[in-house]
Amino acid sequence: MDKTDMEKTLENRDLMERFSFASRFGLPRTIIAGFVLLLFIMAPIVGADLTMQVGNVINRFSWNAVLVLAMVPMIHSGCSLNFGIPLGIIAGLLGGTLAIQLGATGPVSFFIAILLATPFALLLGGGYGWLLNRIKGGEMMIATYVGLASIAFMCMMWLLLPYTSPTMVWGLSGKGLRTTISLDGFYGGALANFLAIPIDPANGLYFPTGAILFFALLAFGMWAFLHTKTGTAMTAVGSNPLFARASGINVDKMRLLSVIMSTWLGAVGILVYQQGFGFMQLYMAPNNMTLPTVAAILIGGAAVNKATIPHVIIGTILYQSVVTLTPTVMTAMIHMDVSEVVRIIISNGMIVYALTRKVKGGSR
Amino acid sequence: MKRKQTSKVSLKRLLQDNSVPIMFVLICLICLPLAGYSPAYLLNELVTRMGRNTFLILALLIPIMAGMGLNFGMTLGAMAGEIALILVVDWQIWGIPGIILAMIISIPISVLLGLFCGNLLNKAKGREMVTSYFISYFMNGVYQLVVLFLMGSIIPIMHSTLKLPRGYGIRNTVSLLSMRQQLDNLLAINVGGVKIPVLTFLIIAVLCLVIVWFRRTKLGQDMRAVAQDMNVARDAGINVDRTRIIAIVMSTVVAGFGMIIYLQNLGNFPTYSAHTQIGTFSIAALLVGGASVEKASIGNAFLGVTLFHMMFILAPEAGTAITGDSMIGEYFRTFVSYGVITVALIMYESRKHRAKSQTGYLLALAQKEEEARAK
Amino acid sequence: MENNNAPLLEMRNIKKDFFGNQVLSDINITLGPGEVLGLVGENGAGKSTLMKILFGMDVIRETGGYEGEIRLNGQVVKFATPFEALAAGIGMVHQEFSLIPGFTAAENILLNREPTKPNIVSQVFGPRLDTLDYKAISQRADQAIDKMGVKISGDMVISDMPVGHKQFTEIARELSKDQLKLLILDEPTAVLTEKEAEALLTSIRNMSAQGISVIFITHRLHEILSVCNTVVVMRDGYVVKEAPAKELDVQEITRWMVGRNVESAAAAEVRELPDAKTIMSIRKLWVDMPGETVRNIDLDIKEGEILGIGGLAGQGKLGIPNGIMGLYEAGGTVEFEGKPIPLNSPRKCLDASLAFVSEDRRGVGLLLDESLEWNVAFGAMQIQNKFLKKFGLFTWRDERAIRAVTDKYIDELKIKCTGSRQKAKELSGGNQQKVCLAKAFALQPKFLFVSEPTRGIDVGAKALVLEALKRFNREFGVTVVVISSELEELRQCCDRIAIVSGGRVAGILPATESSEAFGTLMVSQVV
Repeated sequence: MDKTDMEKTLENRDLMERFSFASRFGLPRTIIAGFVLLLFIMAPIVGADLTMQVGNVINRFSWNAVLVLAMVPMIHSGCSLNFGIPLGIIAGLLGGTLAIQLGATGPVSFFIAILLATPFALLLGGGYGWLLNRIKGGEMMIATYVGLASIAFMCMMWLLLPYTSPTMVWGLSGKGLRTTISLDGFYGGALANFLAIPIDPANGLYFPTGAILFFALLAFGMWAFLHTKTGTAMTAVGSNPLFARASGINVDKMRLLSVIMSTWLGAVGILVYQQGFGFMQLYMAPNNMTLPTVAAILIGGAAVNKATIPHVIIGTILYQSVVTLTPTVMTAMIHMDVSEVVRIIISNGMIVYALTRKVKGGSR
Repeated sequence: MKRKQTSKVSLKRLLQDNSVPIMFVLICLICLPLAGYSPAYLLNELVTRMGRNTFLILALLIPIMAGMGLNFGMTLGAMAGEIALILVVDWQIWGIPGIILAMIISIPISVLLGLFCGNLLNKAKGREMVTSYFISYFMNGVYQLVVLFLMGSIIPIMHSTLKLPRGYGIRNTVSLLSMRQQLDNLLAINVGGVKIPVLTFLIIAVLCLVIVWFRRTKLGQDMRAVAQDMNVARDAGINVDRTRIIAIVMSTVVAGFGMIIYLQNLGNFPTYSAHTQIGTFSIAALLVGGASVEKASIGNAFLGVTLFHMMFILAPEAGTAITGDSMIGEYFRTFVSYGVITVALIMYESRKHRAKSQTGYLLALAQKEEEARAK
Repeated sequence: MENNNAPLLEMRNIKKDFFGNQVLSDINITLGPGEVLGLVGENGAGKSTLMKILFGMDVIRETGGYEGEIRLNGQVVKFATPFEALAAGIGMVHQEFSLIPGFTAAENILLNREPTKPNIVSQVFGPRLDTLDYKAISQRADQAIDKMGVKISGDMVISDMPVGHKQFTEIARELSKDQLKLLILDEPTAVLTEKEAEALLTSIRNMSAQGISVIFITHRLHEILSVCNTVVVMRDGYVVKEAPAKELDVQEITRWMVGRNVESAAAAEVRELPDAKTIMSIRKLWVDMPGETVRNIDLDIKEGEILGIGGLAGQGKLGIPNGIMGLYEAGGTVEFEGKPIPLNSPRKCLDASLAFVSEDRRGVGLLLDESLEWNVAFGAMQIQNKFLKKFGLFTWRDERAIRAVTDKYIDELKIKCTGSRQKAKELSGGNQQKVCLAKAFALQPKFLFVSEPTRGIDVGAKALVLEALKRFNREFGVTVVVISSELEELRQCCDRIAIVSGGRVAGILPATESSEAFGTLMVSQVV
């Protein structure tokens, strides 16, 4: 009897703790949102063109949103933050380079690239998921290093694989891929130019209708998936794996599926990014995609084991606003370009904050 | 104290436990003829790199002893060392006194950063490594803020040679010409064309002795207890959180010294990137030496620094020889550094899971035995 | 001032309640130096709480402290932390080992009390940098081991030791404290072999001869009789019997332990089902559930009955449902309706129309972060494709059907909540338990395991839960197996009760049997 009552007290204490958490939870997000608001208010005052800034934020949102969306399945299934997103990016890069190599041009090449990237994403995602099922609880650190190691491995591959397309290989030696490949004439702007609405055509600023629609489509697909039987099971696995197991769910299978989905979305995400950016970056470049993506979804309000579509949208907008606005506004205000430093501190600070918060419910 | 060990040593176990070092010996043996370096050159390089890196690697031992895994936050110490060096260079204190002063200045910075890191890690028990990894990135941002914006504007920097042309912030490269290899050259002896930096090695030896001694102190014992079972240690009255913070602070301070030794050997450093890879390379070297996330010895550090840097020296040349592209070797050694850490982490995590399924098997066995007896 | 006439320990009128729930009432205990006191009682009788009060455990203070006074050598004491109790000369050996696996016995015995030698560095930086005096450590450890009168090696690493030696190491740690006057042993023989247990009893006699008093808690009653001066029997928070061990025998103690007003509550409804066929037959089942190991169990369950499984904590009763339902590794054979059920696969059990309400509500039973709707409907959705609707190519959750079924159970089981969308973690324990039941009911199973259905919930909710189970059994003909530590509760709702002891079925009796008979079975094979 004593035990039961003690349990009850502990429950009560848990409850109280939770409520205080709930109030504390929004703090960093509120600060960042306030910071962004301040930037938007200051922009016209320091003489920056607000339309231009907003247009930039929208465009950058359209580049990055799919990558951020790629975080969702793995967070849902309890595999925590996908620091292994470079694997998806590699699949995307393979698809992109192969599409060009095979002679695809124009907007169609974007979809050919997705098609070609898919088998790689399934394969890499499958292997990665298998690995993560073996090391439950230590996903984040290992994912980080799997990402780094595979990037380094692909660096060798980009040099060694027998690509021949003259637009991609080094002009002099005729082999080895360039570090940056222009996508003009291929899938550069493939989505963004579709039904693009001019905002400030003089400065080349358009509303990337196609890219936003594409993201909306994927996001809707994700939302719909999470409402199916399988999607429900995946969420339950992330929420409480023991509960899911006791309810007859194959936890490992759900996790594997989520990792494959994340990896495929990562592949599509990098292709979307490239079509917006206009260039394909190889070698160590994928490394620079992980942090912004993870930070964005955390800023959006996601936790290590909870994420929703609104988190993706809010997070990407906030993060990209910081990235776009700080250089112009802050520089104008304090005459120092601290944007890079602000970006590093915000994204890593967000991650450290998420890691040092207690995680409830999901036990190993 | 003597410990009675009942576990047997078999050749298979021995090979299994040392699979990583053995693999590296093989890699080095394959690369050796391909690279085609002369033994003297090779030895010279190796000795230089040992003197340069060993101190840094030893900084990792104490957090492992305290059960906090590989301290990716050692980068914090490296940053402290760099800030100290920048200040000393600006004050134009040359040579050995400059090095010693830099070390002294680095201590309070390291302690502060270590306290910060240790406190955060206490909030992230069970995932210290990934947290320390991102703390180091976070601090990298703060470091840039301080060095790129505050130095010269708020923190006084006298000499314009150090500053960026705009008047504040430190240049991309800081020259340590005045103290370049001062430590290494003092007392250095030359054996068959190989320069041996005796003083540097002496300092490393002293640190090793300190570590050996530290293991035998009360604090060392407490750390080992905390590493194995925090709850038991807490019940016995050991202040677990404080002990863990001390471990991180010590590691950070040692890393700060290590960075200063490392940089005085190089003679200059890229202000904003010198520390970024230090954590990865030091950790990879320690793991190559046969250490794991829970267990590392001084021997692992020495073996690791030898093998890892042998690979580092040989890989680019060997890569060029095989593929005709010098970049391949560069990427190969990056890949290997990350790969080694990945493998070590996977082994550590999967070992945790394997231990579980054993007991059920034993239970079934006991029941069978019982039935056999009943018949 | 020490008063030589006063006994070593006096506990007077100790009262303790957890939020209005009285768990200890007017406990008086007196213990002289060198005396051995045996403390017995069923689980939940209040033994552990009493010892926690004496030892100053945090949980007591956090739940509002206690009433009454404790005197040590005539002085009133009130310990705020276990460390104060230790300083006053009270030592406690808990049920769970508290040892550092990689350290030697000697290092563990003197953990955080190691003899040290100062050195230059420690003069500057403080005593934590003193070097350890290994010679003194092993010397003092050996002294403590000698006090016990048992031979164990001080330089053996704990992880290499047999369980018994670990237990002795724990005891030696308490004995190594010079100030030790009173040692509390909480079920120390539970993990020991017979031989080791015998050695332990010898060492208890040794300690007693050296003037150390011992409070000895165990379920092995013959041990109590062989080593104690006095026996104190507790039941429901009261001391029901205190007598010299010489005047008692095992039967009598058992009677005092379980013997409440035998014709209690509702044993009236007990049914005998002689014609019912066997719906589930369990053969040679073993389950590796830590702390609840099951060894070689054979058990037949009749269709349509309510079977109770009782027994003391840690004896394996919880392992049975957890093993069959695939939550812990298990072996042996289980047949349901004549067909074998594969073990270690929760899905297969659920597919065969079995359901399980886990004792670990918060860990296994609920999705704490999700709505009641999810909690209730999830199992039925995943296993039986209920609450889904087709929408073109996709099969979606049918939110309306989910809401309807949740509302139905909220109504039926009187779940107190703000609505079906409320998160499970925001409910009280009793209401959470009802949600767990609703989840199982929604599966419409043929066979239901319910593990500790009333643990941690208040009296009102208790009655409601048991009533709901009974109704479910009567109305739908569902076979129900209730596993509970509280015998009275089983007797209220079950037809037959199986008692598990030492990981085996010690016997099956009709619920109308006397408490005494059940009590005898409970302690029959205790390990």
